[in-house]
Amino acid sequence: MQSSALPLSTAASLAAPRSTGWLVPLAVAVALAFAPLVLETYYQELVVKIMIYAIFALSLELLAGTTGLVSLGHAAFFGIGAYATALAAPQYEAGSPLLLLALSMLAAAGYALLVGALSLRTKEVYFIMVTLAFAQMAYFVFHDTPIGGGSDGMYLMLRPVLKLGDAVLVDFEKPRHLYFVALVLLALCYAFLALVLRSRFGHALAGIRINEQRMRAAGFQTYRYKLAAFVLAGALAGMAGFLYVAKNGVVNPELLSWHESGAVLMMIILGGLGSLRGAVIGAAAFVLLKEFYSSEALLGAAIAGRWQLTLGLTMIAFVAMLPKGLVGIGRRFTFNRKRA
Amino acid sequence: MDIPTFLVQCLNAIQYGLLLFLVASGLTLIFGIMGVINLAHGSFYMIGAYLAFLLAPLFGDHFITMLVAGMLLSAIFGFLLEWLFFSYLYQRDHLQQVLMTYALILVFEELRSILVGNEVHGVQAPAWLSGGVSLGGVMTYPTYNLFASGACLVVAGVLYWVVNRTRLGMMIRAGASNRDMTRGLGINIRLLYRAVFAGGVALAALAGMIAAPAASVYPGMGGGVLIMCFVVVVIGGIGSISGALIAALLVGFVDTFGKVFFAQLSGIGVYVLMAVILIWRPQGLRNKGF
Repeated sequence: MQSSALPLSTAASLAAPRSTGWLVPLAVAVALAFAPLVLETYYQELVVKIMIYAIFALSLELLAGTTGLVSLGHAAFFGIGAYATALAAPQYEAGSPLLLLALSMLAAAGYALLVGALSLRTKEVYFIMVTLAFAQMAYFVFHDTPIGGGSDGMYLMLRPVLKLGDAVLVDFEKPRHLYFVALVLLALCYAFLALVLRSRFGHALAGIRINEQRMRAAGFQTYRYKLAAFVLAGALAGMAGFLYVAKNGVVNPELLSWHESGAVLMMIILGGLGSLRGAVIGAAAFVLLKEFYSSEALLGAAIAGRWQLTLGLTMIAFVAMLPKGLVGIGRRFTFNRKRA
Repeated sequence: MDIPTFLVQCLNAIQYGLLLFLVASGLTLIFGIMGVINLAHGSFYMIGAYLAFLLAPLFGDHFITMLVAGMLLSAIFGFLLEWLFFSYLYQRDHLQQVLMTYALILVFEELRSILVGNEVHGVQAPAWLSGGVSLGGVMTYPTYNLFASGACLVVAGVLYWVVNRTRLGMMIRAGASNRDMTRGLGINIRLLYRAVFAGGVALAALAGMIAAPAASVYPGMGGGVLIMCFVVVVIGGIGSISGALIAALLVGFVDTFGKVFFAQLSGIGVYVLMAVILIWRPQGLRNKGF
């Protein structure tokens, strides 16, 4: 797996960030903040789902797009985050969201530290497969032992509630509260990663993707940088897992399965590797396409029942026509405009 | 564990390992030579199993003829698939290929559901292979399972002969070690790729056809096999056929005896094996040569 084949333009755009680059994400965030005023409940829930997967995809983008470490086991951290919340939440009262979020991220980061420390010894395709193996191990631990309810999974009986004294600040039971929590976490995650990419640490990660040998020669202990990126990505995936269980109230081992790891990898490839907005766009496109193709109201039962076929053919068409992912469309457009 | 039970478990392990080897050898060839990470390889195994389900009533007792016919059909299918989808992607990033093969899995699963439905099917073993062989007078072992292991061994032998002793094998080995030099020597590398891909598909489908009468034929059966084959390929060393054989047998034994001794956590055993081997030898057991 030749990671240097990733677009080098990312590195260039990192070195000299366009001063207006932050405008689009900010505009999207503001639009999303006002969206609940006009959105019906169904669409509001769909947006929450997209935001959760966007955080999940962003966490993998740091690993695969920035550092060049393609992991096919990233769902393990997502699932462990979700299970940590479900297991640690008190049974007869609502848990504290801050505590549960911290626990989810810590649990995911802890497993990421273990997996990263061992799997970063390998490279390229071997790395893909070792991360897959560790994710499968976690999958079978939850699937075959009674820790988390076995293959049936378990429920989160009461959604967390953030209280200050006796006043309820955020109640996860209410869809709108959940919506804003997801939006705030997504915005924080995006802004944090944007800052990371501009920092010395982020530049080192990009350098490792392009030429690890040279980075080592320049005196960087690349193993430590890669491990830090791995743990950070794991913690952020854990955050997405926390949101998932707070939204759905149920966890099962399928959250850790390789299908889920594959899906999130597909999201960032679909969106376009090497940019944060690509990850968000890819997550939105993947969730929306799946929702659209399996919607009986829009397409009728006959076609909606065959969503795998339509989704698969669409993805093949994307591969054929958009070698740089969905963000490539925007780039092509702006390039043309500049030339004109 | 008494001796006959142990013997039966050993035979099961060998049979499972050899079937995995057939699928994994195609996967490792395709990766080693074309550099394509083919997630859809498990689907070819599934397609083979369904081919057996469809062809078995037509061929009746001519089971071996059916295997050959099925292999030919799937080789043609692989040839067309490479021509239509894969041949455009060699210049692209590896991850684009991964995305496309992932999409192909979805397409194959849905086409399977449209054509044959979602029920679990069984395939009848031919009459001359039904029945059992007695082991030490206490237990019997199904004749068909012995035939399956034997057939896999024959195919493994043929594969070894083709790769190491024929002109085609020479071209395959040359293509794997230096693509551009091979092209420079006047070998039609596009045709070679197409042939290797078709061969890999035929091997996976053959494994599916052989497995069908011993197990059942069901939707999603490709997924589990795909992951196991990746484990085999990585343990054995990517691109190495002999490595794949050793790794497949190792995985077969670990999986079978894991189920016997640690029923609760049997799923983990193979992955622990893989993690340990890769931490010990990050390039797999045999990373050089076939």
